[in-house]
Amino acid sequence: MEFGPYLMLAALEGAVTAAVLALMAAGLSLVFGVMRVVNVAHGEFYMLGAVLAFVVAGMAGGGALGFVAVLVAVPLIVAALAVAADVTVLKRVGYDPERTIVATIGILYIVQQVTLMGYGPDARPVAAPFNQRIALPWVEWGAGGPSLYWPWGLSITSYKLFVIGAAVVVLALLWVLMTRTRIGLVMRATQLDRETAQAFGIPVERVYALVFGLGAGLAALAGVLIVPIQQAHYLMGGDALLLSFIVVIIGGLGSLSGTLIAALLIGLSDGILSVFFSPTLAKIVATLLVALVLVFRPQGLMGKPER
Amino acid sequence: MSALLSTRALSKSFAGLRAVHEVDFDLEPGEIRALIGPNGAGKTTFVSMLIGRVAPTSGAIVFDGRDITRLPAHARVRLGMAYTFQITSVFARLDVAENVALAARRRLGGDRAAVARETAAVLERVGLGAHAGALAGDLSYGHQRLVELAMGLAQTPRLLILDEPTQGLAEGEIAAFRRLIRDLAAQTTILLIEHNMGVVMALADRITVLDFGEVLAEGSPAEIHASATVQAAYLGTGADA
Amino acid sequence: MTARILALHGGLLALLPALHFLLPVYHHGNLARIMVLACYAIGYNLLFGYTGLLSLGHAMFFAAGMYGMGMALYHLGLGAELAFLAGIAAAGGLALVVGLLALRTVGVAFMIVTLMFSQAFYLAILLAARWTRGDEGLVLAGADRVLFGLDLTDPDIRFLLALGLFALCLSATLWLVRRPFGRVLVAIRENPERAELLGYDIFRHKLAAVVMSGLFSGAAGAAYGLMFGYVGASFAEVHFSIFPLLWVLLGGAGTVIGPFFGVLFMFYLIDISSGLTPAYMLVAGVALVLLTLFAPQGLMGEVRRRWLRWLP
Repeated sequence: MEFGPYLMLAALEGAVTAAVLALMAAGLSLVFGVMRVVNVAHGEFYMLGAVLAFVVAGMAGGGALGFVAVLVAVPLIVAALAVAADVTVLKRVGYDPERTIVATIGILYIVQQVTLMGYGPDARPVAAPFNQRIALPWVEWGAGGPSLYWPWGLSITSYKLFVIGAAVVVLALLWVLMTRTRIGLVMRATQLDRETAQAFGIPVERVYALVFGLGAGLAALAGVLIVPIQQAHYLMGGDALLLSFIVVIIGGLGSLSGTLIAALLIGLSDGILSVFFSPTLAKIVATLLVALVLVFRPQGLMGKPER
Repeated sequence: MSALLSTRALSKSFAGLRAVHEVDFDLEPGEIRALIGPNGAGKTTFVSMLIGRVAPTSGAIVFDGRDITRLPAHARVRLGMAYTFQITSVFARLDVAENVALAARRRLGGDRAAVARETAAVLERVGLGAHAGALAGDLSYGHQRLVELAMGLAQTPRLLILDEPTQGLAEGEIAAFRRLIRDLAAQTTILLIEHNMGVVMALADRITVLDFGEVLAEGSPAEIHASATVQAAYLGTGADA
Repeated sequence: MTARILALHGGLLALLPALHFLLPVYHHGNLARIMVLACYAIGYNLLFGYTGLLSLGHAMFFAAGMYGMGMALYHLGLGAELAFLAGIAAAGGLALVVGLLALRTVGVAFMIVTLMFSQAFYLAILLAARWTRGDEGLVLAGADRVLFGLDLTDPDIRFLLALGLFALCLSATLWLVRRPFGRVLVAIRENPERAELLGYDIFRHKLAAVVMSGLFSGAAGAAYGLMFGYVGASFAEVHFSIFPLLWVLLGGAGTVIGPFFGVLFMFYLIDISSGLTPAYMLVAGVALVLLTLFAPQGLMGEVRRRWLRWLP
């Protein structure tokens, strides 16, 4: 395959990564934006989404119905677990930033290791509900001007298109939720000024539980969507968490639009870079980039500076 | 006589809001100067710029002939300035003696005996001798203000800046405070922000009045007391003194 | 007061060799490991317990010490003594660089920055597989591991040297925290702005604390590699940064003697649970949550709060 089509293929793969990453990062960013806490266990909610997708798919059987069941049930289950964690642990430490991080590290290990005990150390695949190969065209300049041809190998599956589409839809719904509904207004009010929100009768702790659950649900959804492409493994949360951190910090903690732009950037470049460079080197660069952004430009690309 | 502390056209703006505007200020060595003004006049912002907590938008600050406008706060303290916070900021989980010892140790270093002597002497002076072993955070608000004061004294500064030192103190404590400051003035120049007019009139050699971030008036207590403009700004505080 | 402090800490140091004679051989190796890891924990405690800076990337300092020593021994052919110093120097240098950058941030940002630098360091070890052997790690020959004529493959000698290093770290910390410098670190932890306005250069103090912490951790890493003959990338991974946090929280942050007990307790707890299930890190997770919720002071912290107010 020539360079052009090759690049396009890498970009498409990157778009899938970006889609899933955007969902996960949106969850992390939401939690930090409203609750001002960093949830280090966020990657484990993603992993739980993938693992539970395997479990529920096994119970519900294959086919369209099974897939819908997984898509709806798993994020809800994970969200419920997250709400439980919030109420029992995070609330008790008063959402103090440092204590929350330590507590979520603990939750990370608990979730990860319980999964290891129950699910085991193996990676297991889940079949995609539909997976037709769609060939994609590329432009070629011939004697008679530009014409389309279908390079062999340049294709995408219908499932991957679905993933991109689903992510776009969910993020659009999230945007609508935050900006057009009463619940979204309540969440944004709590984010802006917790005390005033309380004075207005907003049940801040309930809002926090809701937000934490929503964040986890988004991560779990990302896990559900990715599992037919990647396999479900109890350690898959670590890399995903790192990438989400990178996206959220570069995009600006608490800024949803910044997160989306950063997810696109990182997802696409991760896909493209990994094809041309060593993935380890790409990761080193990304990691150092996060650190340096935090040191020199803490508000990221689009976030607001801390008061 | 050359001033100990001077500012020239010192200004601070917060996103378009002018908190302090073009203030020229001179403080003579050995003075007790009071800085008064209505709430929001910019007193704490001004003083925060002096000590280095806040960076000025423009203007200059000179301390003892040396331009300190860009100097970090800790360096200014080393030059001989000391500051007590408006909102009490002691080391709540450390005991009172350690709070004062920390202040003294920068001068006295590792000499444990000297630090202990100084700490005990300063605590006696402010009247907290009996509370040396208590956790600073457990003390009453008024006593915590005294710990703040003790921390200032233990530094034997050349200029002591006090931000509303008598706030929350009982009458007896305020009287003791006045005696202490009178005593101290012999060795230290004092700049105090105060709302308690009784304290201001009794202690101050000169008074500077700030309003809307600018110097409204400056003069002796009698002059300020009689000034109509000051009374107008304060809406009848003249009755206090 | 000083007599009590000396008695307590000296007593612990005297007790350890006694345990060496009394306990069965299985525990000798464990105790040696525990003492070296306790030095790592002591280094972490200096920054976290005393200065109040929570780093999530300390494994990079331990690993820098370990790899600095390992590279010098394996590739440069330096003797164990010089290699050990090389390890410490590498860790100190890394700590200086990281400190200069990371200390421009505070709180949560500081945690994430240290985590990121540590991750980058780990990945760099993997990337430089030509020298570090990546995931596999380096096995150091017994013949090379001779320190001042003492053969480190001998378990008794290992124990003695581990004890020596631990005694050094313990005494150094005890001395440091009772000096004005140590008191200023505590002041910075308690109320940084107040400390600044008492005339202390906060940045300089924090940087010194980071470098010292890095030196202690690096010494532990170099010693660990020398003693047990293996230099591996797993010592640079995230979980090895979480361990000292866990040890210090458990043992008592901000106490000199706490970190040792944290390591001791956790070591045996994990030792026992790894015999029962492969998911032994569950213990670490539960411990972290319980500690944060109910006992943030840790063992020695509670002891100090309730009974022994004078505990440094």
